[in-house]
Amino acid sequence: MNLAQFLAGRLAKGIVVLFAIAVLNFFLIRAAPGDPAQVLAGEAGAADEQLLIQLRERFGLDQPLLTQLWVYLKGYLTFDLGFSYRQQQSVLSLILDRLPATLLLTGAAFIVSLGLGTLMGALAARRAGRWQDSVITTLALVFYATPLFWVALMSQIVFSLKLGLVPNVGYESIGANYTGLARALDIASHLVLPALTLGLFFTALYARMMRASMLEVAGADFVKTARAKGLAPGLVSRRHVARNAILPVVTLAGLQAGQLVGGAVLTETVFAWPGIGRLMFDALVQRDYSVLLGVFFMSSAMVVGFNILTDIVYRLADPRIEAVS
Amino acid sequence: MTGLRFGLALAASALALGVAQAQEPKKGGTVHVVVQPEPPMLMQGLNQNGPTNMVAGNIYESLLRYNEKLEPQPSLAKSWEISPDAKVYTFKLQEGVTWHDGKPFTADDVVFTLDKFLREVHPRWRPIVNAQVDKIEKVDDLTVKITLKQPFGPMIMTQEVASAPMIPKHIYDGTDYRANPANNTPIGTGPFKLKEWKKGSYIHLVKNENYWLKGRPNLDEIYWQIIPDAAARAVAYETGKVDVLTGGSVDVYDVARLSKLPNTCMTTKGWEMFAPHAWLTPNVRNGILGNKQFRQGLMYAIDREFGREVVWGGLGKLPTGPISSKTKFYSDDVPKYAFDPKKAKELIKASGYKGETIRLLNLPYGETWTRWTEAIKQNLEDVGVKVQVENTDVPGWTQKASNWDFDLNFNFLYQLGDPAMGVARSYITSNIAKGNPFANVGGYSNPEVDKLFADAAIAPTDKERQELYTKVQKVLADELPVLWLLEMDFPTIYRCNVKNLVTTGVGVDDGFRDAWKE
Repeated sequence: MNLAQFLAGRLAKGIVVLFAIAVLNFFLIRAAPGDPAQVLAGEAGAADEQLLIQLRERFGLDQPLLTQLWVYLKGYLTFDLGFSYRQQQSVLSLILDRLPATLLLTGAAFIVSLGLGTLMGALAARRAGRWQDSVITTLALVFYATPLFWVALMSQIVFSLKLGLVPNVGYESIGANYTGLARALDIASHLVLPALTLGLFFTALYARMMRASMLEVAGADFVKTARAKGLAPGLVSRRHVARNAILPVVTLAGLQAGQLVGGAVLTETVFAWPGIGRLMFDALVQRDYSVLLGVFFMSSAMVVGFNILTDIVYRLADPRIEAVS
Repeated sequence: MTGLRFGLALAASALALGVAQAQEPKKGGTVHVVVQPEPPMLMQGLNQNGPTNMVAGNIYESLLRYNEKLEPQPSLAKSWEISPDAKVYTFKLQEGVTWHDGKPFTADDVVFTLDKFLREVHPRWRPIVNAQVDKIEKVDDLTVKITLKQPFGPMIMTQEVASAPMIPKHIYDGTDYRANPANNTPIGTGPFKLKEWKKGSYIHLVKNENYWLKGRPNLDEIYWQIIPDAAARAVAYETGKVDVLTGGSVDVYDVARLSKLPNTCMTTKGWEMFAPHAWLTPNVRNGILGNKQFRQGLMYAIDREFGREVVWGGLGKLPTGPISSKTKFYSDDVPKYAFDPKKAKELIKASGYKGETIRLLNLPYGETWTRWTEAIKQNLEDVGVKVQVENTDVPGWTQKASNWDFDLNFNFLYQLGDPAMGVARSYITSNIAKGNPFANVGGYSNPEVDKLFADAAIAPTDKERQELYTKVQKVLADELPVLWLLEMDFPTIYRCNVKNLVTTGVGVDDGFRDAWKE
């Protein structure tokens, strides 16, 4: 099977999956109690029957459920993600407004955790059983087990409040009107805490995965052969062990990459990071159906897309895979 | 240093006395304020959420403002006259007022706003205008006359900015109001204009250079920052990112700590118009909850002082009845309920309670409410009442409360300056309607109470109104259609060098007209 055929097959499957998800999402969020009109009326502290009727008509909620489903699916087929009457803006523009901030955060966390994690894992494997190994595995365990929100708040108290090193919340200094390099540095300083917080958990996962996988490969016959040939230990580690040990890490990276859009809800909330995760969470609390469905759809599209990408990376990392698939 | 502190203390006490001009305001400066949660929109005619009001109250204006004693003050109306028969209200408008787009503000805008726009979309103005107002007319460009069907005392309290914001006729007349693209670029007459709204981050207001009140506003800019996590908001204040933490934006247990920081002031003023009143609503349709003795038993069983002192960190005051002691027509000549578990047990026994499980619906507005629910569950179980707590999210709560799906439900409502507007709605029979969590959801119905509230709303003099309201408070405190728990205080925490922040009965909501920064 060549790459083009493989891709076509996976894409076709992906589209079916996305369609099923879109329909499922629609019914799922309507199973939650309350509707956007009721929420708006409730928030206003006063409401009457007429206001609810006006709002439901505006939101299209007075239509039969299947009509609403049809309108929603028809929109998606023409790449129209709908309109948020609550925010008076199209869903696509709401998402695109928030996308850069989220990609910056999740992308930074992705790079940091992947780089740091594999490095730590490789180092621990080479020094297996020695003190370096103990330090790294203990650290990884702590990162893995500590709840994200606790790390988030503690890091704010320690690094922002007590030490005054970096700002605790936000995307940039509001009202400072920086431009160019100054703005980039300002954003970077705001990025430090959320990116590290978000990256910690995956750093731990990569480190543990890499260590285990390298130790397993290190015992294989071809590694013994390489050593017997008299190759330098560092070279054996890099060329023979690491390359074969990387596959499980790629799988994990694919999983993390799939969460680039929707996986930072908590971090974005605690750090007031203006990204998609918060857009989604707010929409959930407000039952802003069209926004919620839009974000769900984008997130699932990302997951499907990165699954396909992961498969391609597999083939590059290990050409033997082609024959099997 | 001591001298400076003394000076600050002086300024603070001058503020407290309402002597706003103790110091000459300094011009310029930027203030960063927390707004939580992010408002859905800033078009105040279409949305009156708390956060919307907080920001939009500085963009829009109404005919009147109200001081901390809830006395009407001039705003867009320069003066007003009430006819001797209390049926005709004539408002003279300020001269030289323009909308943010430069068009003049005239009587046409007022008539359009009150007679057409708000009548169609505003859930609080609609019932008033439909029931009480005969006609709203323009006399000349700067005069508007409102003729009532009968005297309606609260009329003079209805012109607060969230209740009746003036809307530009030239932008909205003849359009589909809720779909008007101008909703994203609100045009008011207020001291500040919307410059930018970066969704999820901040709302940026800038000074209206052509503001009608000369020499105002003092500040150049306000940034309303959106920080979703309460603990992060506290840290943002401590690290200097924000200058003002508006009411309810930090957890109760952080209030005392933050108030002690250097250059930090705290006030619970500025909520007189709303005077939030918290209570438990028994669903009187459900079996034993329809029994007055049982409800009285519950009231004796609840340690309300513990709730105030411990759960709410000592903020607020215990209420005696339906009307807040902060507003007009309050009376404490009512039956009172001290914490008395023994008496509670007797009453509950006498009521014929047989151990039915009572479902207690928690209000999902954060940790404090959850703790209050737990404390009250404990109180009730101590006197032998079986309680099952139900938790849900805000839309879930709204639905359950609106559709009467509870036995006991937490709620807090604004008093809105007059019992006819903010109090009667929770007790009168005509407001028993599904779909609204702030209607009479408990289902209490008493013709005597209905009549007292109806008569009090239209009684011609304040003295007559007071007599009727005194009577209705007495009846309700005996019958307990709801169990009043707390007159809530929402503290505003701010840096002391932000002056004149809270000068009216709605506080920060329209506070930035006069505020300045030292």
